[in-house]
Amino acid sequence: MARQEIAVECRELVKEFGRGESRTRVLRGIDLEVNLGDMSFLVGPSGCGKTTLLSVIAGLLEWTDGDLHVLGSDVSGMSGDEKVLFRRRNIGFMFQQFNLLPALTAAENVTVPLLAANVPRKEAMGKALALLDLLGLSGRSAALPSELSGGEQQRVALARALIHDPRLLVCDEPTSALDADTGHIVMELLSSVAVRPDRAVLVVTHDSRIFHFADSTAYMNDGRIVKVETKRTFEADFPRGNGAESTRSPEPVAIGPS
Amino acid sequence: MNFVALKMLLGDRAKYIGLIFAISFSAMLMAHQTSIFWGVMRRTTSQIVDVKDAAIWVMDPRVKYVDEVQPLTENDLYRVRGVDGVEWATRLFRGSAKAKTPQGGFQAFTIMGFDDSTLVGAPREMTSGTLADLRKPDSVVIDEDGYRFLWPGESFRTGKTLEMNDRRAAIVGIAKSSPPFQPTPVVYTRYSQAIQYVGQERNMVSFVLVQPRMGEEVQSVCRRIRERTGLAAMTRDEFVRKTILYYLRNTGIPVNFGITVALAFIVGAVVAGQTFYIFTIENLKQFGALKAIGVTNARITAMILLQALVVGVMGFAVGMGLTAAFFETTKNISHLRGFYLMWEAMAGTGASVLTIIVLASLLSIRRVLVLEPAYVFRGGN
Repeated sequence: MARQEIAVECRELVKEFGRGESRTRVLRGIDLEVNLGDMSFLVGPSGCGKTTLLSVIAGLLEWTDGDLHVLGSDVSGMSGDEKVLFRRRNIGFMFQQFNLLPALTAAENVTVPLLAANVPRKEAMGKALALLDLLGLSGRSAALPSELSGGEQQRVALARALIHDPRLLVCDEPTSALDADTGHIVMELLSSVAVRPDRAVLVVTHDSRIFHFADSTAYMNDGRIVKVETKRTFEADFPRGNGAESTRSPEPVAIGPS
Repeated sequence: MNFVALKMLLGDRAKYIGLIFAISFSAMLMAHQTSIFWGVMRRTTSQIVDVKDAAIWVMDPRVKYVDEVQPLTENDLYRVRGVDGVEWATRLFRGSAKAKTPQGGFQAFTIMGFDDSTLVGAPREMTSGTLADLRKPDSVVIDEDGYRFLWPGESFRTGKTLEMNDRRAAIVGIAKSSPPFQPTPVVYTRYSQAIQYVGQERNMVSFVLVQPRMGEEVQSVCRRIRERTGLAAMTRDEFVRKTILYYLRNTGIPVNFGITVALAFIVGAVVAGQTFYIFTIENLKQFGALKAIGVTNARITAMILLQALVVGVMGFAVGMGLTAAFFETTKNISHLRGFYLMWEAMAGTGASVLTIIVLASLLSIRRVLVLEPAYVFRGGN
């Protein structure tokens, strides 16, 4: 059944690593919904399972039990190749360490998802240059990643994540390798460029300085979602401009049972 | 994505050059040693291939290769001449003697003696003098390498003399000949002269050279000679093969060259494989990102194979260029004369390089294929 309003729906999602006595349950029955048009944050302490959950949602990791629907599709019924195709068409990625190809220029890096989908190079390059221009990098398109600042690299990564117009954008710690100002600029860009009514953005982060960008925030601890806040409830608790975002704990783990 | 694969490869200049160097070195060693080996094998047959006048060689059945002579009788020569289909048959002497050198020492010589009246089997290409001068008393023709050996640095000039078995040997010509296997000089003379230089024995005919009658099939004549005389009769090519096979089976030459070629292959495979594997491992994060983005395993395999192919082709080309350059620059050195880069060696080396790069890329491909794309979310370093 198609779920048009909900981009991601997890029900009792379980993920275990290892076998026998060494088996570890990392996700312990996750219930989560990510809405289209929202920028949703997934926060929690290190080792709580955020990245594992993100990997499962993005179709990079198999899960052990439970249901998962992404963009209205039942991912569990897909073969490996179908998942690759699904990712290529529908999901954009931003990584903590940018993961740009060091031998490719900024523009060439941006073209990679289109090249993977067999789009002609010239056409891909045209789109990449337009997107880099939109992100304020028109003068840096021919630079190698090593010649770019961290913020510029992450903007290139953002362009690469958006070039094929994905409906779900997953971001793993997009600001953790950046200073506060640069991180803020990147998040502003992410909010303004990536968030659209037909697209969902899911961000895993530790960085409390960017929490206020979230439309909804799911707090994880010990493999479970322990609390979900929407922007409305969050701003009621911590109105912007009163310094709450800088004093809020980056790891709100005390909420709910572990 | 081929473009991405090539940029990834060329972007790491040091490893790219390292890979090409490893494959070039390996390819050069394999092609060089194989060509030298076959060059040496060809040299063992130089005195057969230089006899261009006769199609059939007749010899004692116990002869295993050209250097091992079992003398025939004059009667054998006449019996061969009586076989159906034989146009003509002449005697050929092959032996060795010691000669007094210009420096006063003694030097071993190979002596080839040809039929006095026809000179069948004598060298056809002369650098100096003429073959007809062999009809003069005490005259010999010497090969170019032998001349250079005896009179190093001197230009080719007839009129010099040697002394063999207390007999004078006047050099009336210098002949071009195929590079010999043994470093001893070769002198060519008439049969009657040759047997005087080595000392008369009861039987002196080493081989009988036969030309079949026009229209007769060579193999049929050989068979008839064998049946009628009990002697061994074979074509020139068969005698070449017999001689090469003798050396292959009874000397350490193929084993030693084979070891070198095998080592070149192993070293090439190990170094190229290791470097390529490290190259892939260092790019694992990038490959993980590509997999996450939606690049299929098949596409990544194709990318790695393309990288390996480029390295292989470049390495092979450089290796063959170096090998060809070696043979080109050494072609006028006496003891390296006649060696050249054989197309068979190139083809074999090409196949070996292909095997090396396939082996080298297999490990890398396996490593990337089992890589979970979620690796990039775990730090991926």
